[in-house]
Amino acid sequence: METPFAITLDVGSSRANHTGSWRVERPVYVDRLPPCNNACPAGENIQGWLYEAETGDYESAWRNLVEDNPFPAVMGRICFHPCETACNRGQLDEAVGINAVERFMGDLAIERGWSLPAAGPDTGKRILVVGAGPAGLSATYHLRRLGHQVRLVDSAKRLGGMMRYGIPAYRLPRDVLDAEIARIVDMGVEVELDHNVQDIELERREGGFDAVFLAVGAQLGRRVNIPAGDSSRVIDAVSFLNRVASDDPPMLGRRVVVYGGGDTALDAARTARRLGATDAVIVYRRNREHMPAHGEELEQALGEGVTMRWLSTVDRLDGDKLVLETMRLNESGFPEPTGEFEELGADSLVLALGQDTDLSLLSQASGVVVDDGVVEVLPTMMTGESGVFAGGDAVPADRTATVAIGHGKRAARGINAYVLGGASADGERNELATFDRLNTWYYSDAPRTRRPELERARRISTFDEVVGGLNEENALFEARRCLSCGNCFECDNCFGVCPDNAVIKLGPSMRYEFDYDFCKGCGICVKECPCGAIEMVPEII
Amino acid sequence: MTSQPVRFYQVGSFAVGNRLLDDDARTVQSDSNRTNSIDSGHRACQGCGEALGARYALDAAMRASQGQLVAVNATGCLEVFSTPYPETSWRIPWLHSLFGNAPAVATGVAAAMRVKGRTDVRVVAQAGDGGTVDIGFGCLSGMFERNDDVLFICYDNEGYMNTGVQRSAATPPAARTATTDVVGPEPGNVFGQGKNLPRIAMAHDIPYVATATVADLHDLEQKVERAMEIRGARYLHVLVPCPLGWGSASNDTIHVARLAKETGLFPVFEAENGVVTAVSKIRHLAPVEDYLSIQRRYAHLFGKHPRTDIVARIQAIADQNIARYGLLGDESEDETKWVEA
Ligand SMILES: Cc1ncc(C[n+]2csc(CCOP(=O)(O)OP(=O)(O)O)c2C)c(N)n1
Ligand code: SF4
Ligand SMILES: [Mg+2]
Repeated sequence: METPFAITLDVGSSRANHTGSWRVERPVYVDRLPPCNNACPAGENIQGWLYEAETGDYESAWRNLVEDNPFPAVMGRICFHPCETACNRGQLDEAVGINAVERFMGDLAIERGWSLPAAGPDTGKRILVVGAGPAGLSATYHLRRLGHQVRLVDSAKRLGGMMRYGIPAYRLPRDVLDAEIARIVDMGVEVELDHNVQDIELERREGGFDAVFLAVGAQLGRRVNIPAGDSSRVIDAVSFLNRVASDDPPMLGRRVVVYGGGDTALDAARTARRLGATDAVIVYRRNREHMPAHGEELEQALGEGVTMRWLSTVDRLDGDKLVLETMRLNESGFPEPTGEFEELGADSLVLALGQDTDLSLLSQASGVVVDDGVVEVLPTMMTGESGVFAGGDAVPADRTATVAIGHGKRAARGINAYVLGGASADGERNELATFDRLNTWYYSDAPRTRRPELERARRISTFDEVVGGLNEENALFEARRCLSCGNCFECDNCFGVCPDNAVIKLGPSMRYEFDYDFCKGCGICVKECPCGAIEMVPEII
Repeated sequence: MTSQPVRFYQVGSFAVGNRLLDDDARTVQSDSNRTNSIDSGHRACQGCGEALGARYALDAAMRASQGQLVAVNATGCLEVFSTPYPETSWRIPWLHSLFGNAPAVATGVAAAMRVKGRTDVRVVAQAGDGGTVDIGFGCLSGMFERNDDVLFICYDNEGYMNTGVQRSAATPPAARTATTDVVGPEPGNVFGQGKNLPRIAMAHDIPYVATATVADLHDLEQKVERAMEIRGARYLHVLVPCPLGWGSASNDTIHVARLAKETGLFPVFEAENGVVTAVSKIRHLAPVEDYLSIQRRYAHLFGKHPRTDIVARIQAIADQNIARYGLLGDESEDETKWVEA
């Protein structure tokens, strides 16, 4: 070996020195469950599709979304977005406008004619779906993807259930609903409308169905006994909204009082305004804080001139006068009567006091267990009767379209396992990506994009859609506000901050790898990961 | 799809890189083909800020000089942990002579390159704070005064770390070191002494002086790049936390450096020909307690007998920096924070 004067060894690289042996803890990459995904009743991978939308590739993002939910354009309008309530960005500035991006993509899909994934190879199994609302349609979609034949029946004249007959058009334009339903039907579904199922057992047996999904909703408006001289002035909100949706609006007069505090009460009052009511008053027995309706909806109603009578109950209807009793909340927030009464002029009274399910189609002998007016189900959505599944408003859960869509997916999986034999695989859930796991220093400040709203004059005279959509540019902006909680978004921080060059960058969309020969376990990468996608675990010695 | 470029709001320019950014908006460090001037297997402690700062600075200098770079190193941790005979971590031409003479050696290398007509080869000299502000100071001042064509980088970990954490003239007041024990009415290092080398360098009216930390990579790289555009004597002072000497957690290295800047204790700025031309604004102003309390070298200021009086004096230093350099203000004035994608 030739070496310079006074040198006896060749130059060696420090890579001979495996400093990884110093380590007592090692960093590992993890995927954590983003709070938005965790909160989504339809089980969407929100962080996942936002990640794709961030590149401007909306079609991939949309395809990711419809893996779980075939109704992006509908959801982007009527979902009460618990994802945004849970969104970590809310603790930084404002939640990501997930719902707005979802709608943008949903509308784009309709505009560009993207179709849903094709039906799966035929399994030869036949499933009867009773009720074509969000739960029934979602189940149909997922069952078709799994290759089962579906017969979808509904007592109404058109598909959609409460999405068509309950939700007013100014919140959900019918062309949007029709487009998203048509895509499902196009997957090859046997549809029978205007068909009232009398006996579910009989229908199942005669049709030779392998399983049944009951998604009959809660169509019966709850009535309470309110003394009224003229009962024709009293209508329940479900019937009212149904008749408006069926182009047969009842005459309610100029002064309409709605009794109740849920979203249906707001829908009824806002619809009454649009039908020409000069006074649309909501009477609710508690106060705003305790109102079950969603804040955004209330703001929009107030903006349209709907007025509120808080802390009041309806005692009786006396001619064209409504007698209200003033309430007071006790310590536990429960309303108590005060014995004080006042009068309110009213041409009609709309009762929005909740809905019940019509379960008369269940035969006596059925093993289906009904408790408190709703059907008991297992986690697979199967009822007490083998092969009979149920979901949506007919089972105990929050009564929203999104929850129903989630039920439809879950039931489809349950049915699939039931008819093919085997267990319904419910994926393991990752640990939650909580806010404290993020290093928010790295996110730049970015205020939320507001969706435009229709001007007031057109809101009270027409059923035009109130809330507008995003355009391509601000949808991209909004998607990019996502923090990618708990899931690597390839910001290169770990690769950059390692003092020992012990992070290997694998290239676009392949993320990174640790070089444990040299990682000393300092943990800087974990601390500086913006989205909390690295974790320190003890070395096993 | 859009004609208008959409601003990239997810991480702006704070993170090392991002899949959505154009390559030229990413840092040198985000490039999988970066030089890695200092290789794996070096014997720096877990979470060493100096090893990190040196790779950041030299990789950027390598890119700026198209790989034509010679580095001269003073004695100190960076030299010792990278070159235990017969191994070396250096993947660039690298030269070590003595503790106090790095500026003079670098001057010599630059002169030799000039004589050989190799004006494409650029020279960087690097030293710890002891090698810079104390023992190497005479040579460095001469290098500045002669305006020799060298970029001198000081990795400031605020003490003689290699020999066991002794005080240097860059050790901050109240800090505990092996030679400034926590005894007496004013425990730790004294107030009112020490040298501020960036300001001394500016007093030489050299073409370029800048400070940086390992917490803002984009900023550090831009400064190296700017320095490499200039010929003559240039000085870059990089704050590099030392987990061992500061008693900070090994995973806190970048966090501590960030707090040094966000409290105002370490002003980050740029100066040309003796005049400050840019400052990095404080983004989320933090009280000095946030910075001090996570370092054991300040443990005597907290705990059972808290020395709020001493903390207040340190806060006053931060406040003075904030006023002197104008560290507060609208962040949007700082145009580097938004990146288009
Ligand atoms: C002339 C001389 N005196 C003392 C030493 C011992 N020595 C080696 S490194 C060092 C301290 C270096 O401190 P600094 O320059 O701040 O670098 P750090 O190790 O902190 O990075 C000392 C005192 C030496 N090598 N040469
Ligand atoms: S920031 Fe993104 S990933 Fe995190 S909760 Fe919000 S939408 Fe989900
Ligand atoms: Mg030092």
